[in-house]
Amino acid sequence: MLIAFISLAVMGAIFGVVLAVAGKKFAVEIDPRIESIQKLLPGANCGSCGFPGCGGYAAAIVAGKAGFNSCAPGGGVSSKIAEIMGATADSNEGERKIAQLLCAGGLEKASFDYKYEGIKDCHAALAQYKGPKSCKFGCVGMGSCTKVCPFGAIKMGPEQLPVIDASLCTGCGVCVENCPQAVLKLAGVSKLVHVRCSNKEKGKTAKDACTVACIKCKLCEKNCPENAITVIGDANGSVAVIDYEKCTNCGTCVAKCPAKTIEQIMPVTELCKPANDQPDSSNANCATCGLCK
Amino acid sequence: MQEMFVIIIGAVFINNIVLSQFLGICPFLGVSKKLSSAVGMGVAVTFVMALAAIITWLVQQLVLVPLGIGYLQTIAFILVIASLVQFVEMVIRKTSPDLYRALGVYLPLITTNCAVLGIAIVNIQKSYTLASSLVNSVANALGFTLALVLMAGIRERLEDADIPKSLQGMPISLITAALMSVAFLGFTGLL
Repeated sequence: MLIAFISLAVMGAIFGVVLAVAGKKFAVEIDPRIESIQKLLPGANCGSCGFPGCGGYAAAIVAGKAGFNSCAPGGGVSSKIAEIMGATADSNEGERKIAQLLCAGGLEKASFDYKYEGIKDCHAALAQYKGPKSCKFGCVGMGSCTKVCPFGAIKMGPEQLPVIDASLCTGCGVCVENCPQAVLKLAGVSKLVHVRCSNKEKGKTAKDACTVACIKCKLCEKNCPENAITVIGDANGSVAVIDYEKCTNCGTCVAKCPAKTIEQIMPVTELCKPANDQPDSSNANCATCGLCK
Repeated sequence: MQEMFVIIIGAVFINNIVLSQFLGICPFLGVSKKLSSAVGMGVAVTFVMALAAIITWLVQQLVLVPLGIGYLQTIAFILVIASLVQFVEMVIRKTSPDLYRALGVYLPLITTNCAVLGIAIVNIQKSYTLASSLVNSVANALGFTLALVLMAGIRERLEDADIPKSLQGMPISLITAALMSVAFLGFTGLL
């Protein structure tokens, strides 16, 4: 009986000592800045910065892979982070980004080449003659983005186009990376004007494929007072693209667009006040991180 | 040589640790959602099982048997495995950050994997030599990896399948696991 006690105690003690020694010997030096930045961050691990938790964001900042102002719930934390990193913060104080769909070709508006009845996956649908829609640039509508969204912010609407719930979207960009057609794009929440088309074909071809397609008339480009919208071309053709840095939400292009391709969405005015508020899913500026509880 | 071959075939197919001996069910269901993480878990388990086989065999033969306290086997082995996983984690973290990132969260998870303890005890029960214990452990770990990878492949396909609502999620996974277990019964009599 006594032998059993002693031998187990001795074994435990030996393992304990070995682990303690190994802990010292194999200690990994972590950049102290990571820890001090992590202490500054709110610790909600909401993911709105696009990194796995606050720890991941802190490590990315120190590694130089992330800016100082990506923390939405953190508020004015960016200047303090910049202090630690020995730099000055950018003037742009961390506006929250949300995903925008650059396509409006739903069931009613787009025309179809054939009826697709395979498995519900955009990549699978695209393998069949580049998808069922006549427009080969637009949203396939099989909802691959709804499956990858880690926050459940994307649902398929009645038009078989994804609808992004601005109150749930944290701007992590997973859907943008996974969209095979690249029709999802991140834009700041204050940006209200969006070109809902990605079709780069010539005006008539585009119009035949979809009633709300961009017809490359360049009326938006000519009338924009800020030169924020341009019809940009490449090898495949061209389409109107907004430079969100310059856009002031004036709505001139929305009024001028003859194809009703450019849309102005409702503004979001209230700002997140983590200290004294409850998560409010109706407030589109709330990342629903739960920090305010 | 032939004995080793029998041990390997027996451990991977006939007495597959998950599908026939029902050990390590928790990671089998928990980590089989994605193929990449299933492979990561498999590698980590193989690594730890091989090390645990050697250490537990030595503890049994050099400590427990001479002192006549073989009945403390389970507690002693739990102690050994828990410390071993901690130790291995520290060493890997220091020496190979890439491997550490690849194994990620699965390494500490193995501490509570009953398959590791189970195989350590089976090795002693069957009075294997040190070499046979090592081969048996690695073969069992490969069997575990095989079951995990097969399951992950099936579950990735199930994601796109049209499953009745009441069976979605865990129910269909359990049915799948049961069918795989029945399929592995077919290997009985292979040797």
